[in-house]
Amino acid sequence: MLKIRNLAKTFFPGTANEVTALRDIDLDIEDGCFAAIIGTNGSGKSTLLNAVAGAFQADAGSIELAGVDITGQPEYRRAGQIGRVFQNPFAGTAAGMSIAENIVLAMRRGQRQGLRRAVSRKAREEIRARVRTLNMGLEDRLDNPIGTLSGGQRQALTLLMATWQRPKLLLLDEHTAALDPKSAAQVAALTKEIIERENLTALMVTHSMQQAVQLPDHIVMMHQGRIIEQYGAQRKASVRVADLLNAFDRVRRRDLLDPDVAALLARQYA
Amino acid sequence: MTLVIGSFTIGLILSLLSIGVFISFRILRFCDITVDGTITLGASVAAVLLVQGHAPWVATLAATAAGALAGFVTGILHTRFRIQEILSGILVMTALYSVNLRVMGRSNVPLLDTRDIAAPLAGVLATLVEDGEALHLAGWRVPVQDMAMLLTAFLVTAAVAWLLHRFLLTQFGTAMRATGENPQMVRAQGINNQNMLVFGLACSNGLVGMAGALLAQYQGFADVQMGIGMIVWGLASIIIGEALVGKTGVGLAIVGAMMGTVLFRLLVAIALRWGLDPNDLKLVTAAFVFAALVLPRYGKQLVRKMLGGRHYA
Ligand SMILES: Nc1ncnc2c1ncn2[C@@H]1O[C@H](COP(=O)(O)OP(=O)(O)OP(=O)(O)O)[C@@H](O)[C@H]1O
Ligand SMILES: [Mg+2]
Repeated sequence: MLKIRNLAKTFFPGTANEVTALRDIDLDIEDGCFAAIIGTNGSGKSTLLNAVAGAFQADAGSIELAGVDITGQPEYRRAGQIGRVFQNPFAGTAAGMSIAENIVLAMRRGQRQGLRRAVSRKAREEIRARVRTLNMGLEDRLDNPIGTLSGGQRQALTLLMATWQRPKLLLLDEHTAALDPKSAAQVAALTKEIIERENLTALMVTHSMQQAVQLPDHIVMMHQGRIIEQYGAQRKASVRVADLLNAFDRVRRRDLLDPDVAALLARQYA
Repeated sequence: MTLVIGSFTIGLILSLLSIGVFISFRILRFCDITVDGTITLGASVAAVLLVQGHAPWVATLAATAAGALAGFVTGILHTRFRIQEILSGILVMTALYSVNLRVMGRSNVPLLDTRDIAAPLAGVLATLVEDGEALHLAGWRVPVQDMAMLLTAFLVTAAVAWLLHRFLLTQFGTAMRATGENPQMVRAQGINNQNMLVFGLACSNGLVGMAGALLAQYQGFADVQMGIGMIVWGLASIIIGEALVGKTGVGLAIVGAMMGTVLFRLLVAIALRWGLDPNDLKLVTAAFVFAALVLPRYGKQLVRKMLGGRHYA
């Protein structure tokens, strides 16, 4: 279970570029829950995922994963339990190295990298078997540089790598956004399949309301660094795309109004 | 013939330097210019230990360790203290100039009556040839000392290259290669990319220190100036190597770096024989690296322009 309390982050504090990307974030994600984060551009979705992954230290608050406080852990240490797929299909793999070599690193995620041969025959067999399940024909190209693959293929492999060792938490940051529609659908389907099969706890940022309504068990709505609305298991069942859009519309209209004016209007019409 | 054997020997010794530069520049993608100081450090440490009467292999290993320490410091400056990579290298290289003077106690240590690392092999060779002094290769007279140094340099370099190749294919070595390509991805796989970088720089400079030790034993002296411009030498060799064997595969790249170094050394020897002023050598080397870096880009543009011109004509 992921437990976030009072998480806050301000970039460039005290300068003209100051941005408060996260304020007072409280979030609980139960084990086996697949949650989607939606929100406007710049609302802090990626920042939230980065904070959980440990890309930077938060200014305040705490993050607990599976009962362990990971707030102070460096990124590489958290990675032993957290799988990640980035928005950029090139960010999750080392382009010049072969498919097999990339996967081998993921096979030992969180373990010591030893002085044994990396792509041993046993590892290769295991890799071939699991890559075949992607149905992309990549099992015959294990020695090709991963940089020669398409974005969709690389993203599918990154997803496979992120879940090779069952992660306690899977973080997906708009991982289908940079792909063409067909690849995006393919990777989205693969994501759903893996998460369901392995019963993973996952946090996925998406811009697609459709996806947010269809795939996950839980929806988190963010706006200006805050969580403004959550649809948990019960409410989620009945939620429609229009409801989400309405919720966003409400905050957008509220933001346009000065709080004092809003109070005045509220009193007038009450 | 002396020219060829000399070039091959120095070329093989400097291959260790090129392999070191290959690790930092190509594998870790780290512009490490500590190298200029490290090769002198290796030479100084080895020379002083030899003069004190230590065994050549002890001196060579100590020089390797000293080089590794220098690389370690550069890595720490960059990762722990967040100093830019070039500046980290400059700081350590500059500091090493004083360190080297301290180690040697003066600016030059000659190795006159000391044994060198090739001595055992020279002894063996001497018992094999008739006059106990020289071999006769295709009519040329080659002193056993020279032949022994050449063979030793070859054996050491080949062993290092083989070990490095094996290492780069291990789990740890694979992680190190990935660190240079995509540190973000490496972190996401639970690997501490900063420690990886520090370790890689230590390996790289360790090899450079070893090259310095062998060079001092071959030349018969260590000099505080001997490292100047060595980084450019290493780069030039790697570029030639890539032109020879291409950029695919670590094994090929290592062999390419070795071949590039030897070939470059031969070219230099020939150029000097043809009357190139030795003072101009570093300028010519730098110009060569510049050309090798820039020509492929502008060459392509030029070709495209010419093709384009014809197209519209
Ligand atoms: N590393 C950083 N340094 C400085 N500012 C940052 C950094 N990361 C994010 N920000 C700022 O924090 C705010 C939130 O950004 P974030 O990337 O989390 O938004 P997002 O919800 O993911 O938006 P999008 O939908 O466009 O991806 C933005 O104003 C952004 O400029
Ligand atoms: Mg984002």
